[in-house]
Amino acid sequence: MSSNSRRPEHTAPPEVFYNEEEARKYSQNSRMIEIQSQMSERAVELLNLPEDQPCFLLDVGCGSGLSGDYLSEEGHFWLGVDISTAMLDVALDREVEGDLILGDMGHGMPFRPGTFDGCISISALQWLCNADKKSYSPPKRLYTFFSTLYSSLARGARAIFQIYPENSEQLELITAQAMKAGFTGGMVVDYPNSTKAKKLFLCLFAGVSGVLPKGLGSETLDRGASNQVQYSGQRCRYKNMKGKSAKKGKDWILEKKERRRRQGREVRADTKYTGRKRKPRF
Amino acid sequence: MKLLTHNMLTSHVKGITKGYPLLIKATEVKVSEVEFNPEFVSRMIPKLEWAALVQAAEGLGHLNDLPVELVPDFEKNEDFLRRVHRVLLEVEVVEGCLRCPESGREFPISRGIPNMLLNEDEV
Repeated sequence: MSSNSRRPEHTAPPEVFYNEEEARKYSQNSRMIEIQSQMSERAVELLNLPEDQPCFLLDVGCGSGLSGDYLSEEGHFWLGVDISTAMLDVALDREVEGDLILGDMGHGMPFRPGTFDGCISISALQWLCNADKKSYSPPKRLYTFFSTLYSSLARGARAIFQIYPENSEQLELITAQAMKAGFTGGMVVDYPNSTKAKKLFLCLFAGVSGVLPKGLGSETLDRGASNQVQYSGQRCRYKNMKGKSAKKGKDWILEKKERRRRQGREVRADTKYTGRKRKPRF
Repeated sequence: MKLLTHNMLTSHVKGITKGYPLLIKATEVKVSEVEFNPEFVSRMIPKLEWAALVQAAEGLGHLNDLPVELVPDFEKNEDFLRRVHRVLLEVEVVEGCLRCPESGREFPISRGIPNMLLNEDEV
């Protein structure tokens, strides 16, 4: 995601990019499958559906139905929309349980008002920000999508979008159009301190405003959020160490563990043995 | 395409006000087994456009003795829920097309997937 040339949106429109070859990856590449199912798991968690109740959900950009598999596992019924026929063919071959529709998000969602109890979308929304044809206007397409989605959701339902925005302007464009269409809500960022594990979820509420959930691994952020400089007296003492503790010391180990925890990695708990000096005879 | 999906689908061609219900012209229909979930079916029934469901089921020849008017107290009537379940989730249109009642625009269905893509002048 670091260089622009690696973004799939820049190579071709979605219906062209997701061809047979690309679609095959989504049924064979175990790493891709794992990431997709992890993200759908988190998206469903953010949907905050009532427990023990089978719901009717919409999956926008369902692709080969990996996210839908998780929904079926949870006992929900779903309807998938995607623009790529190759991806939908893979979904058919995998015999997914949900029903599939070939459609373009930018044309609007063709459903009766109040149909769905929720909507999820994994890595699809950023495709709308590109003008693949001369007649396309991304803000207009986003607005059409959000406004028709708003009406097709039941009151109080949520829509969760996992997205890879290119830059902050794009993110602003997406949220602005969503708010214009009547949604409330905002962004949830999981693992904001890690470049690799960082995931952005746009959480939108239709009708009822809820409290925005917290991103994973962001609890420690609030502690340092005060706008005052801390320990200004100590600034000169460790000038060349830039606030880092002496290497291999106990503080250094604790700091490193804390940093890794913030990145969402698996870290052993701190105990009385952490960073303890060994006996000289060892 | 299941009839549950059909019941929720509308036409979204530019300038259409209602675009519902879409007319099914099926050339191939199949019935596949789906696990019965009485809770889901009874939750969905109030959301359904009953007349459209009956009309669609009748057109496919899978009416399954559904009444023209929705029966009251359907939550406890398991036999009724089973029949609705069969029509809603087990009957599938594999090949055919959907016709918009207002504009006459046809949306083809192939391998069970309705193609709702619009042309540029229809957006």
